[in-house]
Amino acid sequence: MKKQTRTTFSRRGFIRTSALAGGGMLIGFNFLTACKDEVKPPVDIANLNFNDFNAYIKIADNGYVTIFSPNPEIGQGVKTSMPMIVAEELDVPWKHVHVEQAGLDTDKYRGQVAGGSQSIRQNWDVLRQTGATAKQMLVNAAAAKWQIDASEVSAKDGIITSKSGETLGYGDVVKEAAALEIPENVSLKEPKGFKIIGNDALNIDLHKIVTGKPLFGLDYKKDGMLIASVMRPPAFGQTLKDFDDTESRKITGVTDVFQFGDKIAVLAKNTWSAMKGKKALKANWEDNALESTEKHDELLLGLLNSSEGEVRREDGDVDKAFAEADQVIDRIYESPFLPHNCMEPMNFYADVTSEKVQLAGPIQTPEGTANRVANLLDRAPEEIEVELTRMGGGFGRRLYGDFALEAAEISSKAGKPVKLVYSREDDMNAGIFRPAIKYRISAALKDGKVTGYKLKEAAINSNMYGLIPNFFPAGAIPNLKIESANYKSNITTGAWRAPYTNFLAFAEQSFFDEVAEALNQDAVQLRLDLLNNVDEGADDRIQYSASRMKEVIKLAAEKGDWNNTSDGIYKGFSAYYSHNTHVAEVAEISIQNGMPKVERVTAAVDCGIVINPTGANNQVVGGVLDGIGHAMYGDFTFEAGKPSASNFDTYRLIRMNETPKVAVHFIDSEIAPTGLGEPGLPPAGGAVANAIKAATGKRLLKQPFTKYLAETESEVKG
Amino acid sequence: MPVYNLMVNGKSLSVEAESDTPLLWVLRDELNLVGTKFGCGIGQCGACTVHIDGTATRSCLLQISSLEEAKITTIEGLSEDGTHPVQVAWKEHDVPQCGYCQAGQIMTAASFLNSNAAPSQSEIRNAMSGNLCRCASYNRIEKAVADAAEKIA
Repeated sequence: MKKQTRTTFSRRGFIRTSALAGGGMLIGFNFLTACKDEVKPPVDIANLNFNDFNAYIKIADNGYVTIFSPNPEIGQGVKTSMPMIVAEELDVPWKHVHVEQAGLDTDKYRGQVAGGSQSIRQNWDVLRQTGATAKQMLVNAAAAKWQIDASEVSAKDGIITSKSGETLGYGDVVKEAAALEIPENVSLKEPKGFKIIGNDALNIDLHKIVTGKPLFGLDYKKDGMLIASVMRPPAFGQTLKDFDDTESRKITGVTDVFQFGDKIAVLAKNTWSAMKGKKALKANWEDNALESTEKHDELLLGLLNSSEGEVRREDGDVDKAFAEADQVIDRIYESPFLPHNCMEPMNFYADVTSEKVQLAGPIQTPEGTANRVANLLDRAPEEIEVELTRMGGGFGRRLYGDFALEAAEISSKAGKPVKLVYSREDDMNAGIFRPAIKYRISAALKDGKVTGYKLKEAAINSNMYGLIPNFFPAGAIPNLKIESANYKSNITTGAWRAPYTNFLAFAEQSFFDEVAEALNQDAVQLRLDLLNNVDEGADDRIQYSASRMKEVIKLAAEKGDWNNTSDGIYKGFSAYYSHNTHVAEVAEISIQNGMPKVERVTAAVDCGIVINPTGANNQVVGGVLDGIGHAMYGDFTFEAGKPSASNFDTYRLIRMNETPKVAVHFIDSEIAPTGLGEPGLPPAGGAVANAIKAATGKRLLKQPFTKYLAETESEVKG
Repeated sequence: MPVYNLMVNGKSLSVEAESDTPLLWVLRDELNLVGTKFGCGIGQCGACTVHIDGTATRSCLLQISSLEEAKITTIEGLSEDGTHPVQVAWKEHDVPQCGYCQAGQIMTAASFLNSNAAPSQSEIRNAMSGNLCRCASYNRIEKAVADAAEKIA
């Protein structure tokens, strides 16, 4: 921790300008102070160098604006949408803005993370104030030049205008503005006056992507760099006994082979040689505790049916509600492990030298990863540099810097710059999967109402995070109990797009469909009735807004034509709040050759203000299709510690001929925005499952649906 | 190591590589044409799609030794500065999310439209089904291909 004199400022954040060597102005706003009141900016602003700032803007003398995007881009669109917010308040034409990806800089930025759909929500205020403060300083500089009061000066679209009609470009006063005092209490625009926010902006890297320019980690190159391929234990629970690298070393291009931990690294002059070198290795593995899906099923079902577990939320008297019920519904829902399968396999560049450690590549958590590398190599965090590349998908997999640590360790051992490249098989089998989870859900029904609700989670390794027990239906049912238990496996697991809720939403939304059926109620009406029970604001643990949820439910029902039927089309409904965003979906399916085909999905979304409609739409459509694809096809089991699939010939991902049309409708809102990378996904599986029930009479209790339907086909026919 | 003479994006190049090296890795590692992506290595995902004599082909399965007579086109050579109708349609529809698979998608679409100038919706859906997009930008790919067909016509 650097020692700095700190003092109190009257406002929560600060902006700093400094003259650039090539002219222009830099402006930064401290994310840190915007998030936490107790953290104060340094006292001596004049002696600060630029590195003390966070999000920033660069304005050239000609008015051209560069906005640095601090957060990692994994396809969620923040490299476009975050700078849009700055540009809006700065009031410059979007076409005059150039966006650059910032590298990891823990002095300038806080929270350079892509995860939990939080980038927009957490940075909304900061990004607006950054832009607005810069604009005010430019206005003040022009006012000084014209020798009039700043109140007689206005600015828009990069042009400053005086009351009497004189004009200056932002670039004309940027040098003067840089020397001015930082204004306090700048005014922000009214949402009605937004010109950039709320209008479609194309993906900022669009041209580079469609012309094949180097952008991604796998495209990263440095002179003298070797490629590393790593052999890992083929099964979880195995350790390396011994290996023979004679054949591997004979491969042209292979320069070195060595063991690190239970892994073997093959270094080569190019990727193909490294991959061939790995294939030529002969390794013997020691079997320790080898686990199987069969055993997991037994253990997790055992947990669900035992009294073991931690109570995560408890309201009213659940036992009484169940004892007095007219009817009880009790179901178990089961999900498999899932690999993330980012299209760009894991890879990372590392150059470990005595002076510093240079890292570059696709990572959702650059700061945490840099710290872990520092620990691993026993280096000071200041010696670690991380350059961020665009990522060929993340889905949670790149939150874990395991591959960056491997690259650093290999480079350190080899004494050379190295790019570690996973094959698809490495990527699919190296670990950190969505954990297999089972839920047991029960409802007590009395006098046509849901009087009690119990949910128990049995998961591999870890349980739902603390906010989830306070999602719907908490607050809507008087007697409620949420419990969780887990089994610690040696199969590694972690966050997978919309962790826990990616399956929990399916389980609960299928369950409520069954409750509606038992109560002889319409599925949409049941949800609205339950939400009407919520006393908003009475319990500040409750995460969702009942009124916002009701609005998306009504909008989805309207746009998805819920109340009307058409021949051969069956509909299912689902609504779920996650990652601060409310979503409802209507799925429409048909039956083709005895199998369900999803024809269309209508989604209604409340994410507050929509920053970039095209980007927002893309996120929701992609989330819905991802949710459907994995619910239908995603299957990943273990036998003797070994995964059942290792490439796309044995692991099925949704393809174009299986995709429905997805229509997305956003609630018109002036509430501060929330994220969209994840919330579209969780409701999708339940909407499809409920539509399949409507079509076939069959309740789906396990994912993937295709496997479950095939396994239980005889039951349906019988 | 053997030397191969290749015709890539209209240019004659010679490259030194082991005979079994897939075209994908020659492009990426030796010729610095990294627009062609590695996804699976077994021809299942389509990220590595290039044109061999105008036909969409998986470069991860194509040994360099078999390509001396071939005309190879990669995403970098599909057009001057992204002006091919498929690339233009991709931009107009804001197709990419993460963007990693898109070069392969574009190369598949461009080759498909060469062989079928007026495809039906189901022909588009089938033709593009060999290319995976993990972000699931499929709705927009479908529209962009249809739109590109109209631009070409």
